[in-house]
Amino acid sequence: MTATWTIPSIRSALQQKKLSARELTKDYFARIAVRNKELNAFLALSPEQAFAQADRVDSMIARGEPLPPLAGVPVAIKDVISTAGIPTTCGSRILENYLPPYDATAISRLHAAGAITLGKTNCDEFAMGSSTENSAYGPVRNPVALDRVPGGSSGGSAAAVAAGLAVAALGTDTGGSIRQPGALCGIPAMMGTYGRVSRYGLIAFASSLDRIGPFATTVQDVASVLAVIAGRDAADSTSVAVPVPDYSADLDRSVRGLRIGIPREYFAEGMDPVVRQKVEAGIKLLESLGCLPVEIRMPHTDYAIATYYIVATAEASSNLARYDGVRYGLRVPGATLLDMYKKTRGRGFGPEVKRRIMLGTYALSSGYYDAYYLKAQKVRTLIARDFTQAFQKVDAIVTPTSPSPAFRLGEKTDDPLQMYLADIYTVTGSLAGVPGISVPCGKSPEGLPVGLQIFGSYFEESRVLQLAHAFEKAGGFSIA
Amino acid sequence: MKITRDQVIRVAELAHLELSEAELDVYSRQLDNILAYIEKLNQLDTSQVEPMAQVFSGDGAEENASARADEAIRCDVADAVLSIAPDPSRPYFRVPKVIDREERGRENDREERSRENDK
Repeated sequence: MTATWTIPSIRSALQQKKLSARELTKDYFARIAVRNKELNAFLALSPEQAFAQADRVDSMIARGEPLPPLAGVPVAIKDVISTAGIPTTCGSRILENYLPPYDATAISRLHAAGAITLGKTNCDEFAMGSSTENSAYGPVRNPVALDRVPGGSSGGSAAAVAAGLAVAALGTDTGGSIRQPGALCGIPAMMGTYGRVSRYGLIAFASSLDRIGPFATTVQDVASVLAVIAGRDAADSTSVAVPVPDYSADLDRSVRGLRIGIPREYFAEGMDPVVRQKVEAGIKLLESLGCLPVEIRMPHTDYAIATYYIVATAEASSNLARYDGVRYGLRVPGATLLDMYKKTRGRGFGPEVKRRIMLGTYALSSGYYDAYYLKAQKVRTLIARDFTQAFQKVDAIVTPTSPSPAFRLGEKTDDPLQMYLADIYTVTGSLAGVPGISVPCGKSPEGLPVGLQIFGSYFEESRVLQLAHAFEKAGGFSIA
Repeated sequence: MKITRDQVIRVAELAHLELSEAELDVYSRQLDNILAYIEKLNQLDTSQVEPMAQVFSGDGAEENASARADEAIRCDVADAVLSIAPDPSRPYFRVPKVIDREERGRENDREERSRENDK
C-alpha cells in the first residue's frame, strides 16, 4: 500500500472503517523503513507514542465519538521543535542526547487534534542553512532527484512529505526555511504571520523572525494544519490574540478581481530562466482566473539579505549563548568553567553555526553595534514599509520562491555568501513579518520543481490560501 | 579589509568559542567577505528611520502584551530538568571550580581592564 493520503481521505476512510489509525500508522513506519536510508529525512522515530495516539483515535471511532480535525493524520516534526521525551537535536552535536522535558505548544495542539506524530526530521543545524547540508547527522537528499539538496533548513520535513513518508509536517521558517524547501521538493509550504503560531518550545534561532508552519501535499491540508496550530498562547508573549478563521471553509472563495502585485525587483538578474518562465506562466494562470496583475516596486528588496544576516545572526549569537555545557546537552570537560564553555561550544557547534555566532557577536560588539545591528534594524523598517505600501495597492504579492530549482549536494557548501543568496526572495517577507506560502509551479526539463510564492498582508492567511488553492485547482502545480 | 584576524580572535573570545588556527583563518576570510557584502546597507540614508526590533511593536502591541494576573503556579520540573543535566548534584548543576581565592583579585583586575577597553 503506497496510497497518497490526504487529511480528508484519511478522515473518510477512518469514519467508514475502511482503515484503522493503527494500520495507517504502521503503513507509514513501513514506508519510512524503506526510504529513509537513502533520504536521511528522519533523525528519530517515536513509534511507541505514535501507536498510543493511533489507538486513542481508534477507540474514539469504536465509541462513535466525533473525530478531532487531524484524527489519525501521520505528521513529521522538524527537530528544532521540542517533543517531550523524544530526542530533539536541532541537527547539532551539542544536543545529541537531549530529551526535552516538555512539548512545544504546536505539538500539544497537534496531539489534541488527533494527529499521529511519527518522529523528528533532519534539518540544518539550529535551522541555519538553505540545503540541510549543515546537519551534524548528514545531509538530506531530495526525493525528486537524489543528487540534489531538498532545500533548507526544514529539508527533512519537506523531503518526508514529498516522498510520502508523512501526510504533513511541521517546519520552521526564519528566512525561508519552510518555503524554499517546499519549492525545491515540489510541495506547498506555508508560514503564517509572525506571532500567528506560538513559538513556545521552538528552540530559538532568531526570535523576532522564527515561525512554525506546515508542509503538506495539498493547500487544503496546509490550511487544516495551520488552523490547528495557530492562535494565542499565554506561554509566548509574541503570539497574537487575533482570532483564527476557519481557513478550510474559506478556501473556495473566488479570487476574481483580486489585485496581485508583481514586484519588478524580484524579476531582476540572477534568476534561473526556467524559474522565470514557470513563474510568469503561473501569473498568467492566476490572470486567467480573474486576478489582476499589477506591477509594483519594492525598492529595498536588494538590501534584504544583508539586513537579514545581521539581524538573524545577532539574535542567534544571543540565543545560542545558552549552550554552555552546564544544564543540558554536550559538556566537554575543561580545567576552568570558562575553558569548559569554550571547549563545549567549539566542539559542539558545526561550522555554519560558529560562523553565524561570530558574525552576530561582532555585529553586537562594542563599537560596531550602531554600524551593523542598529543599521540593519533601520533597513528592516524600510523593507517592512515596502510591504505595507504595496498592500495599499494590491491584495497579494506573487514572486518566485527561490532563484533556482534544487542545486546539487556540495555545490554551494564552500561559499557561505552564495548559499545565503538562495534566500533572496524569501527573507523579505520574514523581515516584514507577513504570511507567505510557496506552491509548486511546474518543473524544469530535468524534472526539478519550481516554486511560486504568494505573500499576503498581516493576518491575511485566508487570502493567501484562497489564491494558492485556486492556483492548485486550476492545474498550477503541474503548469507547462 | 573589514575585519582583521586579531578581531576575529577577540570575537571568538567574546562568543566563548574555542577555535583552531585553521578555523580562525577560514572565518577571517569568510567574515571579511560577508561584511564586505553587508557594506551595501550604507548606500541607504536611514538617519530619519526608526529601528525595527519586533514585528508588532507599535500600536496594539501593548494590548497583546498585557500582563497576566500574578498568580503562583505549581512548577515541579526540577527533577525532570536535573535528570538531563550533564553533571547534576541535586538540587544543583555541578561545574568546574570557577575561581580560587587568590585568583579572584587578579581576575577582578583583568575584568576591570577589559571593561575599560570596551568603552
